[in-house]
Amino acid sequence: MHAVGNPVPAPAGGKPGRSGDGSRSGAASHRGAPGPLQTAAVKGKLGDLLFFNLTRAFAVLTLLLLVGIVVSLIWSAWPSITTFGLGFLTSAEWNPPAERFGALVPMYGTVVTSLIALLIALPISFGIALFLTELSPTWLRRPLGIAIELLAGIPSIVYGIWGLLVFAPIFGEHVQPVIAQTLGQLPAIGAFFRGPAIGIGILAAGIILAIMIIPFITSVMRDVFELTPPMLKESCYGLGGTTWEVVWNVVLPYTRVGVIGGVMLGLGRALGETMAVTFVIGNASLLANFSLFMPGNSITSALANEFAEATPGLYTGALVELGLILFVITFIVLALSKVLLHTLDREKAGKT
Amino acid sequence: MNLRARRKAVNFIALSLSLGAMAFGLFWLVWILWMVVDLGIGALSLRLFTEMTPPPGGSGGLKNAIAGSILMVGLAMAMATPVAILAGIYLAEYGQRTLLGRVTRFINDILLSAPSIVIGLFVYAIYVAQVGKFSGLSGAIALALLVIPVVVRTTEDMLTLVPNTVREAAYALGAPKWKVILLITLRAARTGVVTGILLALARISGETAPLLFTALSNQFWSLDLSEPMANLPVTIFKFAMSPFQDWQQLAWAGVFILTLGVLVLNIIARVLFRQATPR
Repeated sequence: MHAVGNPVPAPAGGKPGRSGDGSRSGAASHRGAPGPLQTAAVKGKLGDLLFFNLTRAFAVLTLLLLVGIVVSLIWSAWPSITTFGLGFLTSAEWNPPAERFGALVPMYGTVVTSLIALLIALPISFGIALFLTELSPTWLRRPLGIAIELLAGIPSIVYGIWGLLVFAPIFGEHVQPVIAQTLGQLPAIGAFFRGPAIGIGILAAGIILAIMIIPFITSVMRDVFELTPPMLKESCYGLGGTTWEVVWNVVLPYTRVGVIGGVMLGLGRALGETMAVTFVIGNASLLANFSLFMPGNSITSALANEFAEATPGLYTGALVELGLILFVITFIVLALSKVLLHTLDREKAGKT
Repeated sequence: MNLRARRKAVNFIALSLSLGAMAFGLFWLVWILWMVVDLGIGALSLRLFTEMTPPPGGSGGLKNAIAGSILMVGLAMAMATPVAILAGIYLAEYGQRTLLGRVTRFINDILLSAPSIVIGLFVYAIYVAQVGKFSGLSGAIALALLVIPVVVRTTEDMLTLVPNTVREAAYALGAPKWKVILLITLRAARTGVVTGILLALARISGETAPLLFTALSNQFWSLDLSEPMANLPVTIFKFAMSPFQDWQQLAWAGVFILTLGVLVLNIIARVLFRQATPR
């Protein structure tokens, strides 16, 4: 894929090179008397200049989109930023009538649901990627791969309505009591799994998020697993290694950076997911205890539920500041993911 | 247990767990799709397409929501596709190695996965708050901003797959670069670019979060872009969260239509993609 970067030889008539801002340096080759050929070349050159600048303008526009998002969010959140300062991040109070706002509860909800999602999705995605790359018969790989990717195609509102009306009742009635009976009895982590089994809540939101990010993590893992040179794997098999040993001792170390990148991508998706979480998290903006059975609130669900009805000024500002926090966190996570995946690509390009 | 037996046992357990993980993933897909079909089909009727969204307790359909969705999604695609394709052309044909190209590619990839609700906030801040009211046009703008990263990415990828010999052949005939790109390279990558457009279409058709505070919703028939506009996702959200049985029924019907449309688009895109990238 990277070979495509090779510059095309600049054709006669001073076309800009494939790489670089060639159009400005465009050293036109001059030939004798002006003729129809040359006017055509001049026209072509003008067209080139226009087209180059047109496409570049739109590329810059994409770039400006990011700047615009950050600037406009800071600007809209300004009333809240100046009023609450850093205390916004540490206050657990969310009281619209009194105009006192703190981000702690929604931030807690966002982080905890995403971590639950990651905890579940990571081993499952690894298992699926392992199955698709090493275990599955070749003819089954494509249909199964598509099936898993379709999970990512289902709109998040469908997960939401399914989670609220189908999953949560079953979860509350049959699964939560069992979890409370087993995990809830353990000494240290038991406190996380007690409380009323009402279905909806932080745990349910985390589980649904897990299902939603499985396809993203799986797809990255699968892609990077396939990057492992067959020679390395065959060497391990040749020494008598089992399939599991090959994956655990050869494939995984070789693709570690990419796997972490995939996990980060999944995390970024989970942090920003809105509708599915809004349906099932329960939307309670206070934090009574640390039980995962309790309803909570996430940044996205707070925005989805309250923003359209918020009074302009401090209330709106506080909500936008929540959005800004979310954007900054996801930006960092996604940027990290991108850098890691890029590192893997470059390492492999260098080695092979 | 000797070493050999233990290694075999570990291998067996690990591979069984892997099979289990696969089954786990498929289990949710089947369950969700089954519920959508089961509950959705029961709620389907011709009224969905001929009557407006009802007040609680009344009977009605989703006509205005479906029309609003189609209008906004269509407008968003019309606004975003040319911008995104041109930006993608820059990345693939001019900005392969330049700083601007690299930075844009990086930012674009991040925007691809950025929370869509933040895009809604952005459009609210720059448009809705300035004009002072929710509108269909702002909803279309928000959706357009979600289309751009997807189409930029696929356009770039597909253009870089076109062999350089094709470009060289065109240059050898004396064609200027812009003609080579528009008439040769882009045409060669056409199927792939269409794939990207379809994927983007599928993505925004189901997007709810960015519409919540841009297009809002509307109970009545309105195609006026400067007014709040009904749309399928937000209507589903509102109806599903409500305690009324008949609203929830309509929500399931809406979910069925939406899921069917989005999955069909996804599958078409995949089939096209296979044709676009012969390996």
